[in-house]
Amino acid sequence: MALKIVKGSIDRMFDKNLQDLVRGIRNHKEDEAKYISTCIDEIKQELKQDNIAVKANAVCKLTYLQMLGYDVSWAAFNIVEVMSSSKFTYKRIGYLAASQCFHENTDVIMLTTNQIRKDLSSPNQYDTGVALTGLSCFVTPDLARDLANDIMTLMSHTKPYIRKKAVLIMYKVFLKYPESLRPAFPRLKEKLEDPDPGVQSAAVNVICELARRNPKNYLSLAPLFFKLMTSSTNNWVLIKIIKLFGALTPLEPRLGKKLIEPLTNLIHRSFSSRVLIFICFGFFKLAHKKSFSDVIVSLCYITVLISLSSGMPNHSASSVFLRISVVKYLGLLAMSKILKTHPKSVQSHKDLILQCLDDKDESIRLRALDLLYGMVSKKNLMEIVKKLMIHVDKAEGTTYRDELLTKIIDICSQSNYQYITNFEWYISILVELTRLEGTRHGHLIASQMLDVAIRVKAIRVFAVAQMATLLDNAHLLTGNMQRNGICEVLYAAAWICGEFSEHLENPVQTLEAMLRPKVATLPGHIQAVYVQNAAKLFATILKNQEGNTDSTAAQETSQMMIDRLPLFVQSANLEVQERASCILQLVKYIQKLQQKDVEVAEEVSALFAGELNPVAPKAQKKVPVPEGLDLDAWINEPPSESESEDEQPKAIFTKEEPKHSRPRHTEVDEKELARRREARKQEQANNPFYIKASPSSQKVYQEAPGVEHIPVVQIDLSVPLKVPGLPMSDQYVKLEEERRQKERAEKKKKEKKKRKEKRSGRGKKHDSGPESEEDITPAHVVDIVTEEMPEKSSKHKKKKQKKEKEEKEKKKKKKHHHHHHHSDGGGEESVQNGTVEEEEPLTFLVFPLPRKVCDIQGNLQDGSQVVVSVIFENKSDSFLKSMEFNVLDSLNSKLQRPEGSGPHDGLTVPFQLPPGVSNEARFVFTVQSIVMPQKLKGTLTFIVKDSSTHEKLDFKLHFTCTSYLITTPCYSDAFAKLLESGDLKSSSVRLEGVNMPFHHLLARICFHHHFSVVERIDSCASMYSRSIQGHHVCLLVKTSGQTVSIDAKCDEPTLLGNVLDEIKQTFSQC
Amino acid sequence: MFALVANQKVVIDWPCFWVVLGGSFLPRGVYTVLLFKMQFMLLFSRQGKLRLQKWYVPLSDKEKKKITRELVQTVLARKPKMCSFLEWRDLKIVYKRYASLYFCCAIEDQDNELITLEIIHRYVELLDKYFGSVCELDIIFNFEKAYFILDEFLLGGEAQETSKKNVLKAIEQADLLQEEAETPRSVLEEIGLT
Repeated sequence: MALKIVKGSIDRMFDKNLQDLVRGIRNHKEDEAKYISTCIDEIKQELKQDNIAVKANAVCKLTYLQMLGYDVSWAAFNIVEVMSSSKFTYKRIGYLAASQCFHENTDVIMLTTNQIRKDLSSPNQYDTGVALTGLSCFVTPDLARDLANDIMTLMSHTKPYIRKKAVLIMYKVFLKYPESLRPAFPRLKEKLEDPDPGVQSAAVNVICELARRNPKNYLSLAPLFFKLMTSSTNNWVLIKIIKLFGALTPLEPRLGKKLIEPLTNLIHRSFSSRVLIFICFGFFKLAHKKSFSDVIVSLCYITVLISLSSGMPNHSASSVFLRISVVKYLGLLAMSKILKTHPKSVQSHKDLILQCLDDKDESIRLRALDLLYGMVSKKNLMEIVKKLMIHVDKAEGTTYRDELLTKIIDICSQSNYQYITNFEWYISILVELTRLEGTRHGHLIASQMLDVAIRVKAIRVFAVAQMATLLDNAHLLTGNMQRNGICEVLYAAAWICGEFSEHLENPVQTLEAMLRPKVATLPGHIQAVYVQNAAKLFATILKNQEGNTDSTAAQETSQMMIDRLPLFVQSANLEVQERASCILQLVKYIQKLQQKDVEVAEEVSALFAGELNPVAPKAQKKVPVPEGLDLDAWINEPPSESESEDEQPKAIFTKEEPKHSRPRHTEVDEKELARRREARKQEQANNPFYIKASPSSQKVYQEAPGVEHIPVVQIDLSVPLKVPGLPMSDQYVKLEEERRQKERAEKKKKEKKKRKEKRSGRGKKHDSGPESEEDITPAHVVDIVTEEMPEKSSKHKKKKQKKEKEEKEKKKKKKHHHHHHHSDGGGEESVQNGTVEEEEPLTFLVFPLPRKVCDIQGNLQDGSQVVVSVIFENKSDSFLKSMEFNVLDSLNSKLQRPEGSGPHDGLTVPFQLPPGVSNEARFVFTVQSIVMPQKLKGTLTFIVKDSSTHEKLDFKLHFTCTSYLITTPCYSDAFAKLLESGDLKSSSVRLEGVNMPFHHLLARICFHHHFSVVERIDSCASMYSRSIQGHHVCLLVKTSGQTVSIDAKCDEPTLLGNVLDEIKQTFSQC
Repeated sequence: MFALVANQKVVIDWPCFWVVLGGSFLPRGVYTVLLFKMQFMLLFSRQGKLRLQKWYVPLSDKEKKKITRELVQTVLARKPKMCSFLEWRDLKIVYKRYASLYFCCAIEDQDNELITLEIIHRYVELLDKYFGSVCELDIIFNFEKAYFILDEFLLGGEAQETSKKNVLKAIEQADLLQEEAETPRSVLEEIGLT
């Protein structure tokens, strides 16, 4: 025995230990792999020996090799052997090796269960500690199940060293073996109040992690954590608890309110504790509380900003632990969180953020870009984009440049081009972007061009001119087409030039550019668009030239088409080929006619007639089915079913036939529907005229397959890609500046005028502060196509509106929320304001308690008619019958009575009212002038059945001016035109102390006064309505603080004055 | 003989940080537990040689290798003054360079970068205390010790002990146990020699 030990020791003398191995590897730099393979062979020999010391040494070396990336899984069993050594030295090495090499699929782990259990219950705390540490790395579901009980016992171990480890490892066990959670949880909760702060923190840690996964179950612990939070002085525990509350608050909103105070205290206490502050940010981000106190924001915010902007000037960078870049990064991160809740406060630091774009560090640049997206406004858009454009030029590396490009487009196009005031500028930005080499986002630029050109009518002339220049210089773009997708832009250019060819200055030249032989090198789908639009152009040219006496020009154009088109007929792309040959034949035919001096232009242009209007994707749904049209009904009688059934048994061999002849309408199942929907989507995606809901889904053009196969002549461009003749976007910035200045000047003039007016006693005071966001009026207006505005597309506009109106009426009647009850005289009198739009209470004296609610609506079809719907409700206990409704006519308004009846006769209400029942009757009034509100007196007579007495009820009908207004949707371009026309009189009103969110305010005006919102930008909105006699009423509502100013324009000043008074009244009541 | 800059001392400039940011967010001398969740920790040299790796998430060896390679490349490509955080896949990477060694941790998106920097620094301090002016060679030749210290400091990706004193005490006592165990063997060795 002794000899054996001695022998082993001698052997060991010659073994390499770890140090030798490391040295050896460093000395064999050239043939490392070879050296290591000999080492592994030696290790294998060593592992075969009985001596545990030798084995441990070998395992230690293996662990090192494993780190270097060598596979040591073959030694797993030996590792287990070393683990089970009774000596701590070897055990420690064994467990280390196991924690590094074992993973869930290592099968020898099964063998370790008993060994680990033994170690866990070892009297030596370090044995237990090593086992716990190792277990944390390779715990499997089996191990977790088998050892859960042992670990749970360890949670009450006498030594905090073990307790702490046991508590932490419980989390791993819960993850692997969730059933253990229930029995272990009470003990875990106990540990929250452990005398040892380390154990306590571990417990907090575990519970917080658990709660993050499933917050609902831990709501009950909230009070306990709340106590911990207010009492604990340990910042790290606090951080975790705050994080936990962040997860709990969405579930229990009351918690958020309760937390504000302790959190504020915490931040005050540990003002410099950045970690805590950032965690607090995270919490607020999660909690989304409106009560988010501004104090906290500014506090945190200032801390971050100070470090961001000052960049710690007093300390040289070398000795600073946190580099400036770190603080910058965190500052930007925090800002992006604040931006969501307090956009204004971030916006003021625009310059700082723009500076960050210059940073060398890409992570900082990307963060800054993200921020920019959220902080653009009408005022600063041009400036920001200009800065970004400079960066695009400077940027190295296509990924970052592409990122910039997409961001520019995102920023400009967000929320329906909300921030763009000048589309000429935007088009030139897009054109400038086409100069980028090697970008992948050609299709993005193209779709933007199409979108803008289609939706902004005013820009078309300009866009067409730009696109023509682009087409003319196409060779510059396609120079290195193989590498970039920028030639996609030509798709848009060709289409725009063709579709809006009437705006082209020199169509012949553009046509020539479109039919150049080089075009054949473009991807197929672009060529197809070229061919099709060449035909459109051709039609326009013919139309222009036919007026001339000289017909040779027209014939020359036809000849050119005939000469050039065969190139496309030979195209390998089917689509191109098909279109080209079709058009070629057409042109040949036209030429023949031309030679006979037949006028063809009219007919040719008829091919492409019809204007393109933007259509929202869900527009079709909004079109009501015309009355009497049953979509499911057959237009032609289907072949009778019985017939085919009769046939079936007979014709065995022609069984399939009847099936085919019969439309299979009933067999359309879910799958089929889905397939069709998919096909339709596909079709829509390929249709450039179809506008999708969001710009992102407009990536219509897929990467052209086979672009690589098209032979391309490489043009080496030594000059920068600059398309000549195109304006630079920069000049628009200047122009815009000038325009705004002009506007400002005008405004000032107006103000002066106003001031003068004020001096003379009239007019309202105006803010003369700095230029505000709402003062910037867009130069062009986009047709906003959202899902909710399909009317434009609908031919059934009128009907729809009517329907809407009816619906609204119904709704209104459901919402009688102005019930003023007060008693008067002997009987109970309920004063009802049924018309919600009528703010002066419409008085109905109700003696036997029938309730009446009334709604006055203008009649759209007839400018002089107003329909009053009255709801009669019998609130008494008696049956009412023979009701008669009568109104004392005034000069202006008359109740329409049936023919033959006298001017003072009442109208019979066509129903009787049992107790508690309500019913509605409509009465038509003829109104002459609608500019003034008026009151009509009336009486309602009825017989109470039981007592057979005649009762009388007096009421007043209040015709407000508002009730003559009809909610009419208006588009911003039409609205702008209306305002520009100049034949509207203006007036304004100022409301003080209005304490409600802006959108509530707008909704109130819309609802009570029949307006519709045309456009809303931040705290400013334009609204429109129309009277039944066709007066336009336009409002510009602005709010600042509690003051709301309404500037109104209308072609009837008296009406306007009254409407404004009524609006004022509406808000004075709330 | 050694190509690596091995004897350069790791500069601990932590106190400067306190001065700069005007205070402490870790109460000293108090038993504290760092609370956060780490995915893995890597130590590698400027030459891209891995010196230590600890994984707190179960991954296959192949994946581990791939991640390591990718990360080492990314981090080494960054310039010295760049920020210590980067977003990588869906993780956040926090790294810090000490002399020729990079300490690199991966954390989840919700976790805090600054705490992670603190962890890294705390670990370096521990190594420094244990080895006495730690250098890269100490970690290479005593890599198992480096692991033991890390294991005393972090458990399953969660920090279990921030008191340097406590960690070192535990390590020293365990080492003592080891030496006790080794003593008889050295006697035997002497017997073997004689």
